[in-house]
Amino acid sequence: MPVEIKLPQLGESIHEGTIARWLKKPGDRVEKYESLVEITTDKVNVEMPSPFAGVLTEQLVAEGETRPVGSPIALIETGAVGVVVVGAPAAQTVHAVPGPAGSDESPPARPAPPAVTAGLASAAASVPAKTAGGARLSPLVRKLAEEHQVPAAVLETLPGTGAGGRITKEDLLQYLAGLGTAAPAPPQAGDEVVKLSPIRRSIGQRMAQSKREIPHAYGVIEVDMSAVVAWREAHKDAWRRDGIPLTYTAFFVRAACEALRVFPIVNASWSDEGIVLHRAIHIGIGIAIDDGLVVPVIHNADQASLAGVARGLEDLSRRARAGRLGLEDIQGGTFTITNPGVFGSIWSMPIIVPGQAAILATDAIVKRAVVRDDAIAIRPMMHLGLSFDHRIFDGAVAVQFMNRMKQWFEEFRDGR
Amino acid sequence: MPEMRLLDAIRLAMYEEMKRDERVMVLGEDVGVKGGVFGATDGFYAEFGAARVLDTPLAESLIVGSAVGMAVNGLIPIAEIQFSDFIYPAFNQIVSEAARMRYRSNGAFGCPITIRAPYGGGIEVHGGLYHSQSVEAFFSHVPGLKVVTPYTPHDAKGLLKAAIRDPDPVLFLEHKRLYRSIRGEVPDEDYTVPIGKAAVRRQGTTLSIFAYGQMLHESLRAAEQVAGEAIDAEVIDLRTLRPLDVETILESVRKTSKAMIVYEDNRFMGFGAEVSAIIAEEAFEALDGPIVRIASLDVPAVPYADTLAAAFIPNAERIAAAARRLAAY
Repeated sequence: MPVEIKLPQLGESIHEGTIARWLKKPGDRVEKYESLVEITTDKVNVEMPSPFAGVLTEQLVAEGETRPVGSPIALIETGAVGVVVVGAPAAQTVHAVPGPAGSDESPPARPAPPAVTAGLASAAASVPAKTAGGARLSPLVRKLAEEHQVPAAVLETLPGTGAGGRITKEDLLQYLAGLGTAAPAPPQAGDEVVKLSPIRRSIGQRMAQSKREIPHAYGVIEVDMSAVVAWREAHKDAWRRDGIPLTYTAFFVRAACEALRVFPIVNASWSDEGIVLHRAIHIGIGIAIDDGLVVPVIHNADQASLAGVARGLEDLSRRARAGRLGLEDIQGGTFTITNPGVFGSIWSMPIIVPGQAAILATDAIVKRAVVRDDAIAIRPMMHLGLSFDHRIFDGAVAVQFMNRMKQWFEEFRDGR
Repeated sequence: MPEMRLLDAIRLAMYEEMKRDERVMVLGEDVGVKGGVFGATDGFYAEFGAARVLDTPLAESLIVGSAVGMAVNGLIPIAEIQFSDFIYPAFNQIVSEAARMRYRSNGAFGCPITIRAPYGGGIEVHGGLYHSQSVEAFFSHVPGLKVVTPYTPHDAKGLLKAAIRDPDPVLFLEHKRLYRSIRGEVPDEDYTVPIGKAAVRRQGTTLSIFAYGQMLHESLRAAEQVAGEAIDAEVIDLRTLRPLDVETILESVRKTSKAMIVYEDNRFMGFGAEVSAIIAEEAFEALDGPIVRIASLDVPAVPYADTLAAAFIPNAERIAAAARRLAAY
């Protein structure tokens, strides 16, 4: 009997996948764990290994088509007797990883649920009766949320006006009406509609979610980068000979780690139960790629030396641009640094990655006339911009945090 | 169009039907010479004579049983049960005989009887245990029996005429408190109001209140009480309890997303339980709040003392309070 192969669960917040490329044709022999098909999601591209040995009898989904998790995608004749329906084993992350900002909340790839629960898994993807926060949703609210594909994260944070803060029909309709007002002008003749790539759609959702849910506040300070620039100029060639590209970003990460240790409230998450102070410091780095932005994460960045950070950055950015990041590379971030300075920006106010307390923008290092000892001096200056969740901490902390970084940069000496 | 009381409309319906069709007749306790304890058949004895206006012994089983026999032999009897509290001796005749006649005879016999029964409490004369009961839940349970209870004089005339002309048995429940308290315009002409159709008495969007009889009156009052608080209640007069107008109920719930059922009977297993179950089954995904039942207390009977009776039977204030809670849910 042929076995039904289902689209595996590729991460907690992933509900659908696109068949990018079939690696086996109907009639092909496929071994167990041999790659069967390439699947694109809004976070990762994966090759799905076959859960069975047998002959691929039918591709149920054409290349380029998108299906919900749990949908049957292929039939494999195993030669076994009886009807078997199975889920796929864990898909292996192999290449191409446009994971957008905020992809960090995905759990590690894990074995897809066994076949029988595959259907349940897709049901679970619909709106649950309760939010994770325990708020009960009425049947009507669930139905409306499902119809309009309101993300669970929105339901979590939507202010309810019902008894005990319950989200009422009116609350949800009001929310949906608000979305409606943001509708763009319809395309006119000559306009072009660029289809949303999964990564573009995901970035859109996450950024809109962040701005909707997080009260952003901003602070900017100016840093004299003389010490860092001088040290880097003196050492970068030697480092390059050792195979380590000494980028400014490596300094930024080190400085941020120092400051985060002093101000753990900046390395935190907001939750209804309280503010979660993260013990580990995992720093996400925004990296521009062709069709968007990915935010790979340097895990335990505070435990790495400048050289270690530089090496890690080199590895992540190389793999990001080649589309070869894995799920584990893009998740778990507790703080994010974005560096629009490489494009020449001198003043930036980035959007916080949902689930984090703040994001730091490092702008271009520009020579400016500044006053030193009552004389005008020319110094390489840089703005640090911090966007922070004002629920978690206040402006005083934000500026103290950046001042701690400033101090680190300006007092930079060999061996830091 | 003359304005009249509910009781007058009921009397007029019977009078016109007896004039229209000589097979139509009335029987019951004191319906003849006295003209009925409420006066519903006042003057009938003189007008139509002893053969068509029968005073019976105090034996409800006999009243309904005789009516069944008359009906299968070609007459169209209207049996009056003086107070619905006394209907239980006739339960067997209504349920086992009248309601099942068509089914039992494979369609050969109908049983075109109308059983009129004044019901309900809260009357000024201390109805107490034996003159206050609501019996609709017992009889709405029975397939083959239609159960009707009007609120407006217009409906009272039209529904009673429809009941009399119905080829099968109809239990026509008349709330005693409405007899003389409700006035309304009643057309002169011959008309019927179809059995099985509810009526939207007040359009609204916040929540739906389903009621009938005196509780409809209280519900309409409650709706006015909360109207100034941005609670726009829709009030629906079920008026036929069986067959129930499920479509109108569901349509309203789909509009408002919240439902209340108000009935004067005891809460447990009362008529509201069925309405609630239908809404839960058919309109689950339209609900934005729990289905609420407002009913009398689950104690054995309407108390005799005015103060206790007032505490027992729902009123506009209790309904308004429940509406506020549901609206805020």
